[in-house]
Amino acid sequence: MKSNRDRAGSLVTHALLIFFALLAVAPILVIVVNSFKTTQGIFGQPFALPNAETFSLGGYERVFTRGQFVTNYGNSLIVTVGSTVATLVLATLAAFALTEYKVRFAPLVGGFFVLGIMLPIRLGTVPIIKTMISWQLMDTLVALILVYTAMSLPLAIALLMTYFKAVPGAIKEAARIDGAGELRTLTITLPMVRPGLAAVASVTMLPIWNDLWFPLILAPSKENQTVTLGVQQFVGQFLNDYPALLGALTLGAVPLIVLFVVFSRQFIQGLSAGIGK
Amino acid sequence: MNRAHYRYFLAFTLPALAVYVVFAALPLVNSIWYSLYDTDSGVARFVGLENYVYLFTNPTTSERFWNALTNNLEFFAIHLLVEVPLGLLLAALLTSGRLRRSTGLYRTLLFIPTTLSVVIVGFVWRLIINPLWGLVDFPLLGDERTALPTISLMSVWQYVGIPMIFLYAALLAVPNDVLEAARVEGSGAWSTFWRVKFPLIAPQFGLIAILTYIWTFNGFDLVFALNGSAPGPNYSTDILGTLFYRTFFGSSGQLSDLDLGATVASVIFLIILVVTAAYFGLLHRRLRSYEL
Repeated sequence: MKSNRDRAGSLVTHALLIFFALLAVAPILVIVVNSFKTTQGIFGQPFALPNAETFSLGGYERVFTRGQFVTNYGNSLIVTVGSTVATLVLATLAAFALTEYKVRFAPLVGGFFVLGIMLPIRLGTVPIIKTMISWQLMDTLVALILVYTAMSLPLAIALLMTYFKAVPGAIKEAARIDGAGELRTLTITLPMVRPGLAAVASVTMLPIWNDLWFPLILAPSKENQTVTLGVQQFVGQFLNDYPALLGALTLGAVPLIVLFVVFSRQFIQGLSAGIGK
Repeated sequence: MNRAHYRYFLAFTLPALAVYVVFAALPLVNSIWYSLYDTDSGVARFVGLENYVYLFTNPTTSERFWNALTNNLEFFAIHLLVEVPLGLLLAALLTSGRLRRSTGLYRTLLFIPTTLSVVIVGFVWRLIINPLWGLVDFPLLGDERTALPTISLMSVWQYVGIPMIFLYAALLAVPNDVLEAARVEGSGAWSTFWRVKFPLIAPQFGLIAILTYIWTFNGFDLVFALNGSAPGPNYSTDILGTLFYRTFFGSSGQLSDLDLGATVASVIFLIILVVTAAYFGLLHRRLRSYEL
C-alpha cells in the first residue's frame, strides 16, 4: 500500500540526509584531495581533483623528511594502545567485582566511579603537574598513559557493569564448583562480555588519540609529542607549505577514521549505552 | 556476609581505584586545596582566599575572567540551540522508517567529523572561510563580533554526532507496538513523531543539555588550535579553558602562576558543579540506574 505520499517522504528523507552527509564529509575530502596536489594546484583550483599537471606526492615526502612524523605516530600508538589496554584490564576487574560481590560498600564504590563520567578531569591539571614532577614523570609517555587511564575508567566500568550483569550466575557457579579461583571464573565469563570490551575499547581510544590538552602540558618535547600535537605545531611551522600541511593533516586523521568506520557499531553501542541511560 | 567476598572485592577494585583516585579524583580536590596557598617564594604558605580575592579584584584578571565566562556562556548557548535541534533532526531522519540498508551508511558518514582531531577541524574550516578564496567575503574569524559564533559553529559541525547518537538510540528504543498502534490509528509520520516518539525521548534532552554544559565549560581544544592561548581578536574568543591554560602555563606577556591556575580551575569546577548538582538533585535522579 505504498502511496505517493510515502514515496515523496522517503525522497525528502534521503535528500536531507545526503545533504547533511555531504556537509559532514566534504570538508575532509577537500583536505585529502588537495594533499595530493602541488601548491599551484591547491590554490588554482581548490575544489578540483588532481590531474596530471597538479598531482604531486611532494607534500607527503616533506612530511616524512622534515617533521618527526614517524616518532609522533609511534608515540600516539604507544599512548593510545597503552591507555586502552590498561583501561580494559583495570575496568574489567573492577566491573566484575562491583557486580559479583555484594559487599556493603559496593554501591558506594560504584557510584564513586560513575561520578567520574561527568568530572572534568582537566581542571585537576595543576595538581597532576605537581604529582608528575615529584614522580619524575614530567615529559614522558607514561604520564599520559596514567592520566588517560584514570580519565577513561569511569565510563569503561559503567559500561562493563551492564554487560557483566547479564552474565548468567549459573556459569560462574559451575566454574567455582569445578574448582576455579575467582580470577579464573572472571576469565571464563570474558567471552560473554566481549561486545562490551569492544565498545569500551572504541570509546576509549578516540578522545585519547585526539587530545591536545595533556600532550601539550605533560609531554610537549619533540621526542614525546603525539601526532595531534605534532600536527598542531607542524601547522604553525609550515604555514607556507600547503601540500605538506594537508598531507600531515590527512595522515593524522586517517587511522581514526578507518578504525571508526570498521568499529562504528561497537562505538555507537558504547556511546549510547554508557551515557544514554 | 562472606568475608572472602570483601577480600576479592578489594583486590579487584583496588588497581582501578588507585589510578582513578591519584590521577583524577584527588587532583580535582587538590586544586581547591592548592588555591588556598601561595607557593611563589618556593615555600607553600597558607593564604586563605587571597588568590580568589586577587582573581576578582585585580582589574586585569577580573576583566579577563568575566570576559571568558560570558564568552563561555555564548559558546554553550550556541551548542544548545544549534547542535541539539540539529542532532534531533538527524536522529529523526535516521529512524523515520523510510530508510532500509542505507541507515548505517548515513549514520557513519554523519559521525565522521566527531572522530577528527580539532587540529584538522580548525584548519579545514579556516581554509574554507578564508576570504581569499571567495567563499565568504568577510573575515569571520578576524572580527570581534563574529569570531566566537564562527568557532562555536565549527564545533557544532564537529560534535553534532553526539546528540544525534543519543537521540538515535532513544528513538530506536521506542517500543514497536506503540508505533504500530499509532499507525493503525492512521497517524502520519510527522504527527507520530511529535505525539508519540518525542514525548518518549524528551527526558534525554535534560541529560544532553547538562552534558553539553559540562563539555563546553571544559572546552579548550578548538579555540586553542585556531587562535592559540590568548585567543583573539582582542580576547573575543577567550573561554574559561584557555584562560585556565594561560594562567597556569603562561603565555607571551604573562608569567605562569600555578596557584592562580588552581584558583581559576576551582572557580570553573564550582561553576560546573553547582549547575550539575542542581540538575541531578532537584530535577532528576538519573544516576540511580547505575546503583546496584
